Amino acid sequence: MAGKYLGQRLKRNEDPRLLTGQALFVDDVQLPGMLHAAFLRSDYAHAWIKSIDPSAARQHPGVVAVYTAADLGKIWKPGPLNVPPPSGIPGVVFNQRTQVPMAKDKVRHQGEAVAVVIAESRYIAEDAAAEIVVDYEPLEAVIDLEKALGEGSPLLYEDLGTNLASFVHQENGSYAEAAARADLIVKTHIVMERGTAAALENRGYVASWDNKSQSLTMWATTQGPIALRNGLATILGLSEHQIRVIAPFVGGGFGPKILLYQPEEIVVSWASLQLGRPVKWIEDRQENFGDTSQERRQIHEAEMALTRDGKILGVKDVFIHDTGAYNSYALTIPLNTQTHTTGPYKVANYLTEYRVVFTNRILVTPLRGAGRTYGTFVMERLMDKAAKRLGMDRTEIRRMNMIQPDEFPYKTGIVGQDFAKNVLDSGNYPAALDKAKEMIGYEAFLKEEQPRLRAEGKHVGLGISFFTEGSGVGPYEGARITVEASGKVNLSTGVGTQGQGHFTSFAQVAAEQLGVDPKNIFVTTGDTEAFHWGAGTFASRGATVAGSAVNAAALLVRQKILKMASKILEAPEEELELADGMVRVADIPSRCISLAELAVKANPSRGAVEPGTEPGLEATAYFGPPYGATAYGCCAMIVEVDPDTFNARIQRLVMAHDCGTVLNPMILEGQIHGGVGLGLGNSFFEKLEMDDNGQLQNASFMDYLIPRASDLPPIEIAHLHTPSPLNPLGIKGVGEAGAIPIPPAFVQAVEDALPEYNLEISEAPLSPNRLFQIVQAAKQA
Amino acid sequence: MSELVKVQVTVNGTRYEHTVEPRMLLVDFIRHELGLTGTHVGCEHGVCGTCTILLDGKPVRSCLLFAPQANGHEIRTIEGLGTMDNLHPIQEAFREAHGLQCGFCTPGVIMSVLPFVEQNANPTEEEVREALDGNLCRCTGYQNIVQAVQLASEMVASRKAEAR
Ligand code: FES
Ligand code: FES
Repeated sequence: MAGKYLGQRLKRNEDPRLLTGQALFVDDVQLPGMLHAAFLRSDYAHAWIKSIDPSAARQHPGVVAVYTAADLGKIWKPGPLNVPPPSGIPGVVFNQRTQVPMAKDKVRHQGEAVAVVIAESRYIAEDAAAEIVVDYEPLEAVIDLEKALGEGSPLLYEDLGTNLASFVHQENGSYAEAAARADLIVKTHIVMERGTAAALENRGYVASWDNKSQSLTMWATTQGPIALRNGLATILGLSEHQIRVIAPFVGGGFGPKILLYQPEEIVVSWASLQLGRPVKWIEDRQENFGDTSQERRQIHEAEMALTRDGKILGVKDVFIHDTGAYNSYALTIPLNTQTHTTGPYKVANYLTEYRVVFTNRILVTPLRGAGRTYGTFVMERLMDKAAKRLGMDRTEIRRMNMIQPDEFPYKTGIVGQDFAKNVLDSGNYPAALDKAKEMIGYEAFLKEEQPRLRAEGKHVGLGISFFTEGSGVGPYEGARITVEASGKVNLSTGVGTQGQGHFTSFAQVAAEQLGVDPKNIFVTTGDTEAFHWGAGTFASRGATVAGSAVNAAALLVRQKILKMASKILEAPEEELELADGMVRVADIPSRCISLAELAVKANPSRGAVEPGTEPGLEATAYFGPPYGATAYGCCAMIVEVDPDTFNARIQRLVMAHDCGTVLNPMILEGQIHGGVGLGLGNSFFEKLEMDDNGQLQNASFMDYLIPRASDLPPIEIAHLHTPSPLNPLGIKGVGEAGAIPIPPAFVQAVEDALPEYNLEISEAPLSPNRLFQIVQAAKQA
Repeated sequence: MSELVKVQVTVNGTRYEHTVEPRMLLVDFIRHELGLTGTHVGCEHGVCGTCTILLDGKPVRSCLLFAPQANGHEIRTIEGLGTMDNLHPIQEAFREAHGLQCGFCTPGVIMSVLPFVEQNANPTEEEVREALDGNLCRCTGYQNIVQAVQLASEMVASRKAEAR
């Protein structure tokens, strides 16, 4: 449903600032009298802190203060939960252990903050931090997920008596009953490993307490400025109106920047309050590897029961989820796994159960893909295995089990991250499968191309994988729109932006209703002073939820405009049109009034206004969906494996994708490209190598490789459009799409490229080295 | 603490003279001493390319140099290209092709490939990807950056031709 502005490929409003170095990022904030913080972090993954001696650091010239947990007084306590555990699932176990501002008696992961130095420069602060003496009593680290739950494992929390953080069991139908009547049961054991978000901008905060106005301003690399403000108010004992949080331009989010009440957020703002001076902390890359949350470590035991003609009777998936040292983000990720495992398929009997485990690693919070990635990997691997066993085409077995277009809304009965029973709202899954097959040339590749290449000695394979992306969850977002006396439009919303193009896409939504060029719509995001209600940018919800709120606010302003103009132009509202910043009588375009004039009239400086009217052409509106909208798609790729180096090169990658109504196709495609880039990193290079003592072995971009330009293929995208019935614009989210289906498609393609070994790959990432090992094992078998 | 040293540089045509600690990184000098915050820092260990500037016309990583090493040299940063109302063709091309999302990597990417763009009127995709390999971007999957660079090469070449 493209309109004049909506759905158009418009260039971005924010780009000139970003391209000329004029956009403000947190580290660009420079204030008079500003101090700099450096944290001393634990070298041990697990140890008692016997003593901390900061005296030498305190003497260091240029140091203003050194604080440890003991100095924090009343504000030292475990932070609030970011997300509560789910309601509505019987029997949930949830042992809450949230992050603390700095470690007190015990450190629970390498990189945990134990002290902070505040000094006149960052250089001095780091020098002095090295002079703090901490006496540790090292403990055995809990790293292995299965051993963590075993008898005699060391414990992160002695008082709990276990490393079990959570247990959740959900079942729809009866898997046991399905398995009893199955012709075939396929089983798999899946291991996925941790990676890191690696936003190019590290985290950072500048806090500035002003004694005269009794207020704190905080610039933060956060995806949730409003929630951060509210939480800080509680923690610091201030009133919400005393705190302004600004998330300016943020250099990539991808999930970890939605985590709230991070130790540095609290310590830096508290220090500014103590010292009455601005304090800045900017994370460095090495710190980022040890103190910014991560994701993607689960171990699954899964099975699927089928009839002999390939119909799925049931799925059972029992898994362990690594939450690291804390569980501040509760169960969002494993709940996403539970709801996304069955994906686009009809699974009448589905048992899904997990245990969440505390380990001596940095905590786990959502990272682009956020739990969906593993569920999809598990299911797609089971599908591949079943197809092989039944001698069926891998796309046919998928197609025959898909939810059909006339079966929506489709209820899976499993409670998801929004605590609602999962409902898939709309879609045409078989069409996306067909489209991806057509784009990659499925039949021709398998029948002609691949045999020909194999005859030439090339190891080329095809992978194809389907996915769903639950997106755009509640609770709500809001927006306020004001037509100024200049005729320009101001739009503010609470979500922050980390590159998603909100300055443009939101302007497009408003422009469509108001008939104003999006260039003349000035968007503010992520500033609690501009708008102070909202939840944040996560779960691919910005466009869907905040976009819908913008639409609702724009509609209200439109109504005000029409009502006023109708009186002035003496024409019924139905005969008026809004275009080019004017309201005109459609048939008599010379009878018109500009929005600028109307805005002035709506805010008279003298005289009486009609009782019951509000001044100004302004409206605020909110939008909250009943449940999340589900986008989906199908990804196919062709991979060539070098039989000597086991390096895999992706030759082609296609994606047929449906996220409902598109606000700006250029921005949408960019989101998919980026997601695919991350998905390929997760498939291939990206694994945090942790030794048994909890020491990270590859904490730099030299050793932890993220994809470079020459590692990635061009990505071909096709759009399908099934508008979501859950919001008036019909939008579904897209932020995580690219990251979800890539690992299963990749390993399937690798298997297909090396048929001689009959591989069954059940892990991601799959580095060349690891593939070599797997092939060697297969040769021996 | 060691003696302070004088650093005199020309940045985007303006001469600056500051007295700093010898260990101050060039990127910190540019960002915090000179206030030119368009140059960013993504890793401080020479891998991501975010801090790339031109030193005497050549792309270098300003996180791997100390400020005194730039003494007497010419520096060009992103602020020395176009302005918001009058973008340089390479900036225009990045906007046109949606070669940036969060924009954090962008100044470094642009400064890295500027000499390449000026010297290659019609580079292949492979050449462009290779030219970009010293810069990390986590948002774009590089696809639109590649297109932006190709477009920039064309635009720069056609401007040169017009000027002739
Ligand atoms: S900051 Fe200089 S290369 Fe990364
Ligand atoms: S645009 Fe965000 S890192 Fe490149």
